[in-house]
Amino acid sequence: MKVLVAVKRVIDYNVKVRVKPDNTGVDLANVKMAMNPFCEIAVEEAVRLKEKGVASEIVVVSIGPKASQEQIRTALALGADRGIHIETDEEVQSLEAAKLLKAVVEKEEPKLVILGKQSIDSDNNQTGQMLAALTGMGQGTFASEVVVDGDKVNVTREVDGGLMTVALNLPAVVTTDLRLNEPRYASLPNIMKAKKKPLDSMSPADLGVDVAARLSTLKVEAPAARQAGIKVADVAELVDKLKNEAKVI
Amino acid sequence: MSILVIAEHDNSSLKQATLNVVAAAKAIGGDIDVLVAGENVGAVAEAAAKAEGVNKVLVADNAAYGHFLAENLSELVAEVGKGYSHILTSAGTTGKDFMPRVAALLDVAQVSDIIRVESEDTFVRPIYAGNAIATVKASDSIKVVTVRPTAFDPVAAEGGSASVEQLDVVKDAGLSSFVGEEKAQSDRPDLASAGIVISGGRGMQNGDNFKMLEQVADLLGAAVGASRAAVDAGFVPNDMQVGQTGKIVAPQLYVAVGISGAIQHLAGMSDSKVIVAINKDEEAPIFQVADYGLVADLFEAVPQLEEELKKVL
Ligand SMILES: Cc1cc2nc3c(=O)[nH]c(=O)nc-3n(C[C@H](O)[C@H](O)[C@H](O)COP(=O)(O)OP(=O)(O)OC[C@H]3O[C@@H](n4cnc5c(N)ncnc54)[C@H](O)[C@@H]3O)c2cc1C
Ligand SMILES: Nc1ncnc2c1ncn2[C@@H]1O[C@H](COP(=O)(O)O)[C@@H](O)[C@H]1O
Repeated sequence: MKVLVAVKRVIDYNVKVRVKPDNTGVDLANVKMAMNPFCEIAVEEAVRLKEKGVASEIVVVSIGPKASQEQIRTALALGADRGIHIETDEEVQSLEAAKLLKAVVEKEEPKLVILGKQSIDSDNNQTGQMLAALTGMGQGTFASEVVVDGDKVNVTREVDGGLMTVALNLPAVVTTDLRLNEPRYASLPNIMKAKKKPLDSMSPADLGVDVAARLSTLKVEAPAARQAGIKVADVAELVDKLKNEAKVI
Repeated sequence: MSILVIAEHDNSSLKQATLNVVAAAKAIGGDIDVLVAGENVGAVAEAAAKAEGVNKVLVADNAAYGHFLAENLSELVAEVGKGYSHILTSAGTTGKDFMPRVAALLDVAQVSDIIRVESEDTFVRPIYAGNAIATVKASDSIKVVTVRPTAFDPVAAEGGSASVEQLDVVKDAGLSSFVGEEKAQSDRPDLASAGIVISGGRGMQNGDNFKMLEQVADLLGAAVGASRAAVDAGFVPNDMQVGQTGKIVAPQLYVAVGISGAIQHLAGMSDSKVIVAINKDEEAPIFQVADYGLVADLFEAVPQLEEELKKVL
């Protein structure tokens, strides 16, 4: 079966994010960018399904500026077979991303679509669920285990109370949580091979999707800074402070 | 304006988060209806009807909603919600699951995890793991919003007298089914709404050592949380993870034990009123946000803490 994986280019999770002085956004000039960590987990899951003989082809898609091709190449180096780049310099929000992905789903007809649960820049946690709604598929969000079984997939989900397993008809959408797998690193030979794998580029207009944003960002501010407090000498002093100064116990 | 709040519950009791969401709805202003969808939810509906500020409780009681499957819930909420100006729910895992689906069915954007209401169409929300705070304006005719419960003081649970109306809308999308669940059983308070939280990190070394934290938690009536590293290492279950991609907590007191204080962890707890850090590394970033820092080996400090607390409590 064919598996489609959506990967997003975001600021590297190790980078200390700084708000721009004019409060229009965060400073992305000259900062390290990377594949969204949850998308790395999505790619890894697809590759494991292929290694198990469950997946036959892995198509990876990214929406974003030209440079997003770096993240597609990374996915190809990790084991994806083919890339699709939907190129735009506009900010694409979750609903519009879901519409673009829907257009790709209609063309590619994958049996399984794997996305990250959340982009670490927007922290939206929306796109997979929206794609599932738009394509009329079931969804297994926040997955910690994915087991394909004939024309169904069983997805174990990380939920507030613990774990919950659902069975979905295929085709279905899965979004990854942290415990699904531990992504591998790309080897140098595979990075070289990835350069020769096919990568198609298209525009949102080619797919007939209007990507105009529905949400406008009026301002972006730094959070209120928390002041470091004091160091206590020992546990007795700590308990005394909590009881008599902070009055929280 | 008319606001539909989708209640968070477990079919038997209303989750406190719902009261926080009603508070967010009040901040928007307008009539507030609450939709209780689930199976055998009579008691939940009654509780919702008593909440302060609620106008009407709509009840969709059917096996199709018993496990809160997003495919079914979203169709219901989209149909009931299309007559409202706003649809709100809590940003717990259930809300995060079905609500974007509602937004897509209605062809509107979703504003996720708001921490403040500026006006009927403008909301404040953290982005980049709380490293930046964005003010966003929604232009769609229906605003679909998930609310960070800890950012809004709950409305009173008692005192309201909303009418209760049964709906006979049954939506079964036939796309998914419930297979099973493993719910962590605990007599401790719910992590997301506990007044005191004590969390352990990689420094705890194994799951057994978390018993030390549980003993302290039981003295304090606290919930026990964890860092991602502690969950990934299998010390404790996933639902204990505090952070950007886990649970958001804002208790009166948060005690971080053997946790370094990565930004993704801070994103989940830095709104706590008082933060205590116990860490043997005095350079650990957690000390930059801690009101009281104790540089010590946790294997000595935590048993001492238990003893000292026994003296004063
Ligand atoms: C996409 C993404 C999402 C993430 N989401 C989250 C999230 O939601 N929540 C989260 O917590 N993390 C999250 N993380 C992980 C985060 O970046 C850190 O890796 C994690 O928080 C570290 O956990 P820790 O502090 O327990 O471990 P470490 O960073 O290894 O720190 C362990 C600490 O224990 C101290 N210690 C060790 N032994 C002792 C002792 N005997 N006595 C006292 N102190 C001791 C050490 O000095 C050290 O400071 C995420 C990461 C990514 C990439
Ligand atoms: N621009 C994009 N390109 C490719 N995939 C995306 C894009 N935006 C979101 N996604 C996918 O949707 C997931 C969740 O994103 P979000 O809803 O923005 O938190 C990501 O982990 C990706 O898998």
